[in-house]
Amino acid sequence: MKRIYLDNAATSWPKPEAVYTAIDHFNRNIGGNPGRGTTSFALASTGIVLETRELLAQLFNISDPLRIAFTLNITEALNLAIKGTLLPGDHLIISSMEHNALVRPAFTLAEHGVEITVIPCSSEGLLDTKTLVSAIKKNTRMVGLQHASNVTGTIQPVAEVGQICRERGILLLVDSAQSAGVLPIDVQRQYIDILTFTGHKGLYGPQGTGGIYVRPGVAITPLKEGGTGSRSQDTKQPQFMPDCLESGTLNTPGIVGLGAGVRFVLEQGVAAIRLHEQKLMEFLWDNLAGVAKVKRYGVPAVEARTAILSFTVDGMDSAQVSLLLEKEFGIVTRGGLHCTPLAHQTIGTLEQGTCRLSPGFFNTEQEMEAVLTAIVTIAGKA
Amino acid sequence: MDMWVITFLSVTHALRAEKLLKNAKISITLIPIPRELSGPCEGLAAQLQEEDIDQAVNFLEKNGIEMVRRGVKVSR
Repeated sequence: MKRIYLDNAATSWPKPEAVYTAIDHFNRNIGGNPGRGTTSFALASTGIVLETRELLAQLFNISDPLRIAFTLNITEALNLAIKGTLLPGDHLIISSMEHNALVRPAFTLAEHGVEITVIPCSSEGLLDTKTLVSAIKKNTRMVGLQHASNVTGTIQPVAEVGQICRERGILLLVDSAQSAGVLPIDVQRQYIDILTFTGHKGLYGPQGTGGIYVRPGVAITPLKEGGTGSRSQDTKQPQFMPDCLESGTLNTPGIVGLGAGVRFVLEQGVAAIRLHEQKLMEFLWDNLAGVAKVKRYGVPAVEARTAILSFTVDGMDSAQVSLLLEKEFGIVTRGGLHCTPLAHQTIGTLEQGTCRLSPGFFNTEQEMEAVLTAIVTIAGKA
Repeated sequence: MDMWVITFLSVTHALRAEKLLKNAKISITLIPIPRELSGPCEGLAAQLQEEDIDQAVNFLEKNGIEMVRRGVKVSR
């Protein structure tokens, strides 16, 4: 049975060929530790890691690539972003669509004197900026927002939120786990103070890569200190970016792969990637509309969502739907709760969960037809 | 022999500076930081012509590259 991979929201697969070859080439022929000394090995690695920063800067319209630090994943970046800035007495606003990667560290901070407000989104997952404005208080220090939902694909009005925040001197933290590489991101035009990203989804890098961009003028206290290859005579952690947030040897092979992935995105163009994914999404969304017992979630308009479609089948547990799709049809999806109880509560699927279809750039329209047939069959037996 | 150098916070900053200056057509050569400047720390410095220092320093500053030594003379 030919497998159809529709779990790109969890991690993109396959990766562009260039990603595989770049990692292999690095491991065989380069191999040095970036920033550690000036041997030809170390310098080649330092240069190649810098190149990945520059490619990311180009993609996100960041003027200084050295304001980007690499992390293990976006979860680490989000932890850094809030634990490294917020103090007891500060107020953090998040939306009710946020992923546990932000929700859990936020609720840990709440136990240590940081005030948290979760503003409700619509049942389609959309944030209302009027609700946001009314939640802002004197001590509001930061707004944390997913650019696009990992459950419904709903795209939030980041630029509008950014403007609201900037006018009031509030930091805007954006979680781009589901949007980097598939939606335009411009930290300047969208007034993003802190951008967190993962490397292994729409940027096509390997797992174990991610990072954080911090606008000049914003300082983040590191969660860990250690060797940086710079100011080695000093027993104190360097204060400058990116070294202050990058202690210990980086995941260099991963970052090299991420660089190849970002280059792929830049070559294809975010607009072309988006267009292809929209076509696949439109087919699924429109055709699932008429299927009995199937309920779709999120915003109907294809422009208002990324390539994520959550659905439920009446009377069936969503994990079961996902299991059947793989066992009987070779279609790989994710079923259940998607690490985000708040979002499931918002859209009303906390009990049943959802089955999530997340096609990617390498899927075809023909595959979507097979997916539709499979879901029709499963729903027919439910 | 005298030479003029700019030093940086890290090797990454030095490599970034090299790229930026190359694009701006300001000629530099990356060399190991002269021992008399670096102390126990190793790294890279940009060696350049004395008459290019102001332009290079201004340009790097504008591009957010922090420098440790903004053009100093080292006598060999």
